[in-house]
Amino acid sequence: MSTSPKTMFEKVWDDHVVVPETVETPAVLFIDLHLTHEVTTPQAYTELRKRGLRLRRPDLTLATMDHSTPTRTEQVFGGVPIALDSAAKQVQQLEINAREFGVELFNLRDSRRGIVHIIGPELGITQPGKTIVCGDSHTSTHGAFGALAFGIGTTEVGHVLATQCLLQRKPKTFAINVVGNLPPGVTAKDLILAIIGKIGVSGGTGHVLEFRGPAIAALSMDERMTVCNMSIEAGARAGMIAPDGTTFAYLESAPRAPKGADWESALERWKKLPTDTGATFDRSVDIDSASLVPMVTYGTHPGMVAPVNGHVPSQGDAVFQKALAYMGLKAGEAICDVPVNSVFVGSCTNGRLSDLRNAARVLRGHKLAKGVKMLVVPGSQNVKRAAEAEGLDRIFLDAGAEWRESGCSMCLGMNGDLVPAGQYSISTSNRNFEGRQGIGARTLLASPETAAASAIRGRVTDPREFSN
Amino acid sequence: MSAVKQISSRTVVLPAANIDTDQIIPARFLTATSRAGFGKHLFADWRYEADGQPRPDFALNRPEANGAQILVSGRNIGCGSSREHAAWALQDFGIHAVISTEFADIFRTNCLKNGLVPVLVDETTHAWLLAHPGAELTIDVEHTSLLLPDGTTLKFPLEGFARYCLLNGVDELGYLLSQDAAISAYEQQQHG
Repeated sequence: MSTSPKTMFEKVWDDHVVVPETVETPAVLFIDLHLTHEVTTPQAYTELRKRGLRLRRPDLTLATMDHSTPTRTEQVFGGVPIALDSAAKQVQQLEINAREFGVELFNLRDSRRGIVHIIGPELGITQPGKTIVCGDSHTSTHGAFGALAFGIGTTEVGHVLATQCLLQRKPKTFAINVVGNLPPGVTAKDLILAIIGKIGVSGGTGHVLEFRGPAIAALSMDERMTVCNMSIEAGARAGMIAPDGTTFAYLESAPRAPKGADWESALERWKKLPTDTGATFDRSVDIDSASLVPMVTYGTHPGMVAPVNGHVPSQGDAVFQKALAYMGLKAGEAICDVPVNSVFVGSCTNGRLSDLRNAARVLRGHKLAKGVKMLVVPGSQNVKRAAEAEGLDRIFLDAGAEWRESGCSMCLGMNGDLVPAGQYSISTSNRNFEGRQGIGARTLLASPETAAASAIRGRVTDPREFSN
Repeated sequence: MSAVKQISSRTVVLPAANIDTDQIIPARFLTATSRAGFGKHLFADWRYEADGQPRPDFALNRPEANGAQILVSGRNIGCGSSREHAAWALQDFGIHAVISTEFADIFRTNCLKNGLVPVLVDETTHAWLLAHPGAELTIDVEHTSLLLPDGTTLKFPLEGFARYCLLNGVDELGYLLSQDAAISAYEQQQHG
C-alpha cells in the first residue's frame, strides 16, 4: 500500500503498469479499452497480417465508422452509394478487417453507430479508472469519467491490437483549477475555449490535465466531455475530471456498465480514484470562471479566441497577421460584426443530446438568416433518435436547417460535408485550422447556443440575447 | 523501419509556428488504406494552387529545396490531429528529420515510430536556422548531436530506447511482443 498522496492520473497510471519504465526503456502500459474507426486502422491491420499476428484482446476492442461516412440519410439507409469512392473502400476495408480479426463493429446502418467518442460513454464502456486509447486525438473526451484516455497514431494502434499494451513515458501532471461558478448563459465550451486561450495551444504539451474546482464538479457529464475533448487543443495528452455522483448516475443506466454486484465493487474502486489531499501536480493554473462570457475564435488555432462581445486583438505577431489574412478579418474588429454563412452543430465536442437541446432552445420559433446554411449532425444514432423523440429535429428543420445521420461530418469534411472557400462557418467543433472544414473555409469555434444565435442573425451573435 | 544513423542535408524552412497536421496532410487524403504515396499531398493546400499547379513561392517547391531531407519549422509543429499520415507524408516526400523548438506529443511519437528524427533545439539555434534556409547540417543519431555549418556541435534530447530503435531500424512491436509473459501475468492478476 502506498502512503504518499497521489493524483488521479498517477493512480490510473500505476494501476496499468505491466513493466515499469527505466532510464533506458519506457513503461509497458496495459490498455483497458481500444476504440477504433475506419481512418486510422487499415495500415495497422496490414501490419498485423504481414507479421502473422492476431488480435490479442477482441473483448477490449470496438470498431465504429464515423469520419469518412456520409450523413445524408439516402446514402446511409437508402440505395444511394457513398459519393467518395475511396471513402466507400475504406468503410469496406474496416468491415473486412473486423470480420477477419474478430472485432465487434457497428457498421454504417447499425443503430448503435456514432462518433467513436460519443458511443463509448453511451454504451457505458468508458469508465472511471480505465486506460482508453483510439487512433484519434479527441480520445481525451473519455477523461471526463476519470479515465486516462489519449489519442495514438496508427503504428501504436497496431501495438494495441497485437499486445493490448503501449510503450509510454509517464507524462507530467497539470492542474487546471477553475475558480468560481460559470455565469448563466456561459457554457462548458466557452470555459474550455477560455482555458486554451489562457494556457495556449502548446501549454499542455507533455502533460495530463486535471480539471478541478466547484465549477467543474457542477458540470453535467455531457459538459465535462466537452471540456476534456478539447484538452488536446491545449497540446495535452489527456484531460481528466474526478468521477463523482454525476459520473455514477450517468453510467448506472448505460447498457454495458457493470451490473449488480459488479456495479457495487466498481463503485467502490471508482470512489478511490480522485486525487488525494496533499498530492502535488507538476504545474497548475487558476482560471476565474465567474467573469467568463461566451467565447468565439477569430483565428486559425483554438487559442485565438475572444469574448463574443469583444474584439479581435488590435495587434499581434506573425502568426496573428497570417491568421487574420486567412480569416479575412481586421485587427480590432468587433467579433459580433463577423458575418456567418454556414453553421455546423455536431462533432465529438458538441454533438450530444444536451448540445442539440441547447441549440434548439435558441433556434425555436426562428428562421435562419437569409443565405445561411445550417447542418445539424447528431453525434450518434442514439442521440439522433432521442432528439427526434423530443421533436428537436422539427425545430431545426422548421428553422431551415438540415438534419442528418450521425458522424464527424463538417468537423473535418472528410466525407464531403464541406464549407465553401472564403465562407465563414460558425462551428461547434474543435479545430479552426486553415482548411479544416474545406479549402479556404473560415471557421469560428463556438458553443451550440452561440452557433444557433448566429444562424438567426447571419453574423456572430451573443446567445444571451435569446435567453428568454 | 530502416535504420537511421546520420542525416546530412541542407534544410528547407517553414517558419510558421503551430503547423498542425491538417496542414501537413489535409483530411481529404486520409481515405487511403495504405501508407504509401502521401508525399504528393504533403502540405497540399500551401503547396498547390486551386488548379493543382505548384505555387512557385512555397518553400518546398523552390529549386533549392529539391533533395532537402531536413525540415526546419516554427515552434510547436504537429499539433492537432493524431494522423500518422503526417509523418508518412513527410517521409514519402523525402524529409527524414524535423527541427523545431517544440513538438506536439503525438506527432513526435509518430515521427519516431517511422524513423523520422525530431530534433529539438534552443531558441538561438532555431532563430539562426530559420534565417538560413538551405544550411548544410548533419544530424548524428548515435551521438544525438546536430552539426552546424560553422562546425558547432549541439546535443539534442532523444531517449535511449528511441535512439536504439532508430539506429537499429527496429520497431517497438517486436519489443512489446517479447513482453508477452509479463502481459499475460498482468491480465491474470486483473481478471483471474
